[in-house]
Amino acid sequence: MTETLLTIEGLTKAYPGVVANDNVSFTIHEGEVHALLGENGAGKSTLVKMIYGLVKPDSGTMTLRGAPYTPSEPRAARAAGVAMVFQHFSLFDALNVAENIALGMENPPAMRDLAARIREVSETYGLPIDPYRTVGDLSAGERQRVEIIRCLLQDPRLLIMDEPTSVLTPQEVEILFQTLRKLTAEGVAILYISHKLEEIRALCDQATILRLGKNVGTCVPAETTAREMAEMMVGSAFQAPERAPRELGDVALDITGLSVKSPSEFGTSLRNLHLTLRAGEILGLGGVAGNGQDELLAALSGELRSDPDSIKLKGQPIGRLGPNARRQLGLLTAPEERLGHAAAPDMSLTENAALTGAQREGLVSNGFLKWGKARDFAEAVIARFDVRTPGPGTAARALSGGNLQKFVIGREVMQRPEVLVVNQPTWGVDASAAAAIRQALLDLAGQGTAVLVISQDLDELMEISDRFGALNEGRLSDIRPAQDLSVDEIGLMMGGAHGMEVAHV
Amino acid sequence: MLKLEKRPQPSRMWTYLTPLVAVLLTMLAGAALFAFLGKDPILSIRTIFWEPLFSEFAFYYRPQLLVKGAPLVLIAIGLSLGFKAGIWNIGAEGQYIIGALCGAGVALAFYPLEAWFIFPLMVLAGALGGWAWAMIPALLKVRFGTNEILVSLMLVYVAEQLLASMSLGLLKNPEGFGFPGSRNLQQYPSAHNAELIAGTSMHWGVVAAFIAVILTYILLNRHILGFHIRLTGESPKAARFAGVNPARLILFCLGTAGALAGMAGLFEVSGPSGQVSIDFNVGYGFTAIIVAFLGRLHPVGILLAGALMALTYIGGEIAQSKLGLPAAAIQVFQGMLLFFLLAVDVTTNYRIRWTKREVA
Amino acid sequence: MDFSSINPILLLASLMVMATPLLLAATGELVVEKAGVLNLGVEGMMITGAICGFAIAVNTGSPILGLFAAAAGGAALSLLFAILTQFALANQVASGLSLTLFGLGLSALIGQGYQGIKPPPFPRLEIPLLSDIPVLGPILFRHDIVVYFGIALVVAVWWVLKNTRAGLVLRAVGENHDAAHALGYKVVRIRILAIMFGGACAGLGGAYISLIRVPQWTEGMTAGIGWIALALVVFASWKPWRVMLGAYLFGGVTVIQLNLQAAGVAIPVEYLAMSPYLITILVLVIMSADKSSAPASLGRSFHASQ
Repeated sequence: MTETLLTIEGLTKAYPGVVANDNVSFTIHEGEVHALLGENGAGKSTLVKMIYGLVKPDSGTMTLRGAPYTPSEPRAARAAGVAMVFQHFSLFDALNVAENIALGMENPPAMRDLAARIREVSETYGLPIDPYRTVGDLSAGERQRVEIIRCLLQDPRLLIMDEPTSVLTPQEVEILFQTLRKLTAEGVAILYISHKLEEIRALCDQATILRLGKNVGTCVPAETTAREMAEMMVGSAFQAPERAPRELGDVALDITGLSVKSPSEFGTSLRNLHLTLRAGEILGLGGVAGNGQDELLAALSGELRSDPDSIKLKGQPIGRLGPNARRQLGLLTAPEERLGHAAAPDMSLTENAALTGAQREGLVSNGFLKWGKARDFAEAVIARFDVRTPGPGTAARALSGGNLQKFVIGREVMQRPEVLVVNQPTWGVDASAAAAIRQALLDLAGQGTAVLVISQDLDELMEISDRFGALNEGRLSDIRPAQDLSVDEIGLMMGGAHGMEVAHV
Repeated sequence: MLKLEKRPQPSRMWTYLTPLVAVLLTMLAGAALFAFLGKDPILSIRTIFWEPLFSEFAFYYRPQLLVKGAPLVLIAIGLSLGFKAGIWNIGAEGQYIIGALCGAGVALAFYPLEAWFIFPLMVLAGALGGWAWAMIPALLKVRFGTNEILVSLMLVYVAEQLLASMSLGLLKNPEGFGFPGSRNLQQYPSAHNAELIAGTSMHWGVVAAFIAVILTYILLNRHILGFHIRLTGESPKAARFAGVNPARLILFCLGTAGALAGMAGLFEVSGPSGQVSIDFNVGYGFTAIIVAFLGRLHPVGILLAGALMALTYIGGEIAQSKLGLPAAAIQVFQGMLLFFLLAVDVTTNYRIRWTKREVA
Repeated sequence: MDFSSINPILLLASLMVMATPLLLAATGELVVEKAGVLNLGVEGMMITGAICGFAIAVNTGSPILGLFAAAAGGAALSLLFAILTQFALANQVASGLSLTLFGLGLSALIGQGYQGIKPPPFPRLEIPLLSDIPVLGPILFRHDIVVYFGIALVVAVWWVLKNTRAGLVLRAVGENHDAAHALGYKVVRIRILAIMFGGACAGLGGAYISLIRVPQWTEGMTAGIGWIALALVVFASWKPWRVMLGAYLFGGVTVIQLNLQAAGVAIPVEYLAMSPYLITILVLVIMSADKSSAPASLGRSFHASQ
């Protein structure tokens, strides 16, 4: 348990304009769960990519079990006993489980033998999976199992896990932890990347904290409070959003029996959803990724059409209306994907402001665009939401994730919506931008807008919502007041453990 | 080792510079090709790019620029709308043929009546013919999701067969002593797309090309429809979110391209060419694809690119007769232009850096 | 009208000959598309292969050398496409088009001195015993070696894609290039190899037309077969066996159409000549409902950023 596995010394990697890792050093011991903690953009991903051989460091050394370790490609890393479970899974939807696993192995056995070994490993570690199923049909949790099994078949000494619980329900997280503990008991070390503090306190033996690419400290999570770790991670004291008491108004959005077929082959169709949302209320919808979140947003934005009466805006049926007609009536939306859905990457912020603001902001007359007015609108969003950019002429793709997200949310908020629907409003955004966005949503509700927040971040939902519901396989759970929900109850609303079983330890 | 690094946003400078660099590279490679063919490379390039404009016979060649350039620009303008939106109509050649057939058909139906309304009616028929031909891939794409690239191209071959059939059958000149081909419209005043100003070769097709350039410029830069076209090309998902109806956009882009190509065909058949014949089409529909890209899908750029491409046609013909440069060499030359353009284009969005091989 | 001139046995035998160029080009393009690349330059590579093969065969007197030269020519041209799309990250549709335009010009240029020449004859391979079987013998077993090579190629491609690791990696790259890259596979290298394989197959298909099927050289003689090959890949839902089926179907249509022309049917020649293209459109419409089997990364550029 005390044997040193991997030593990292002075690792540095710079990209044009940003130093992703600046002289980072730490040590991982065998059989240890080592947390790598940091905000988005702190340099966690770059660091693990260097360990996995996807990125070459500019300077610094790594030592694996006493020998110099310089993986030139992932293959070399795997040969040295380093395996990685990606956050955005590196899986192939159209291939089956066994084929996917074979692709991650150096010398895979024949398919039949491989399938047998997959069954064996999956039973030992409580990760049931059918080797011949097509990966595209699997749930997020099952896809993660495929990745984990792929790693385990390599007999790794070090397993890197990048934000593994972001796609799991609380129950599934508990089962994953048991699997991981079984692995560490066998001497496998785990490098566990996360920004969820409670989780790290429950699981990890050591934690290294990164901020702006620098190692700002190491601690033993069990002996450190979440608040202390958070302050190390963010570099300043946390500020909880202000939540003014609000009066609820009339029902603004009424969804009854909404069913929509997903347009994509591996998507999730919505099945018979019911909910009501009142003016001034924030309703949080949780759920693991891929359970119908994108489809719900599309059904509300007007990108997907449904029965006219299944969606009513202030009593008016709008299920058949297109996006612009809905905007005109006051239903605004902000999808999850910033670049390429909410905003066109190569277009300027002015053009992106006109993308959804054309009607409500009066940017069009007789079909002709008033670019001057669009520019003013973009500038107003930039000013009010503190978007860091040289100006409205900048291309959307040139903005950082947090700044673009502020722009995209701000663009909708400033159009004074009656109902605002947002999907993953703070995903991949740094803490200060996330706080600003949450505050903007709270303020908006305070002014009487009905807000529907779809998110996979439970902490966020608990922080701002009045009521809470969860999406699970395209169905919606009961909606309950957020105040008196326990973690267990939330987990069950999200669908519990999705057929997982505990490792046969 | 050369490395590509994505620019934070597209480089404005390179957007304008790439076509020039591509033309220069093509000249160099072309010169090498001509030298390989045993021709004096510098003289060849000079003949192609200089003679038509400034030689002692330039008074004859210069108007030809308009004759060759007008159909190229007219077609390329239409294509550029679709290309901008990611809708790939590569069957302009077919739409051009059908436009010519319809326009000429109207004229021949009225022959020998002389009336002011015949020519406008022909223009309308030409545009409608091209539009209808382009509607086939458009409707199939909208209704069944059929690939418009392959359908529009297949229809070129179909149109060529129709052209052959028409010039041997229905539209054949009854007084033509059995030779294939229709009556010559140049000898039918009401249907003749004649020179508007003597000695300039300026015909209605040239006027239409200029109008198309101006209107397209306004459409793309000022109108919401143009904004939606650009948006769809940049990011189809964002366009849907902005409320763009993809089906309507496909119908509009393909339809406009077809109508413009059809009109180009009509102006050609009623003017410079004069008659429907088996070898009426000379590949303008395909060359226009090069023109559209070389002009960076920008209306003004297309105007310049069309002029340049017309220059290579005329210069190529001169080089053919004076230096014995094969006609195919010019075709290769034009093909290289598109190659180099696409290759150089990478600099707009990426910075090219020379890095030492990294040592890990 | 004189249908008696149509001999069903000859008809079926010439169907196999007619289908071979399509089969070769479409199988090559299938591999390219399986790797996630859409190369619309098939027509250009075919015609380049046709003239390269023709020129070398005429100059060396060896049709076999001609076939090799055709494959090399097609592959060389496809390398241009590979450079454009894999290194310069150019749009694949535009690059493919430019390849076709360039190839048509290049072939016309090379082919200047070869019009009206007869190439050296290609030996026919009469398989002993089998070729003597009545009816089946003349249909199946009295062809040149390329016909059999085409069939073997389909089988080989099917087997490699389905059963080998190389095939699995190729499919993975076409399915999700980012994931393949994350696992350490050389996406660009694999794609370039696939593109060159496709180029070689298309070149071979072109040379089959100019050396064996016609056999002589005329400008633009591929007459859209490269484009039909592209349609065939869609028709086949990216499955090798169905490429073979499709190629024989189109071969059949062409043969029947030509026979009807020869027999002097009352339909004008031009309308008969249209039929393969119209049928291609029809087939595309029927097949366009099902896009699920298309490789997910098809036509998208890959750049390994950070």
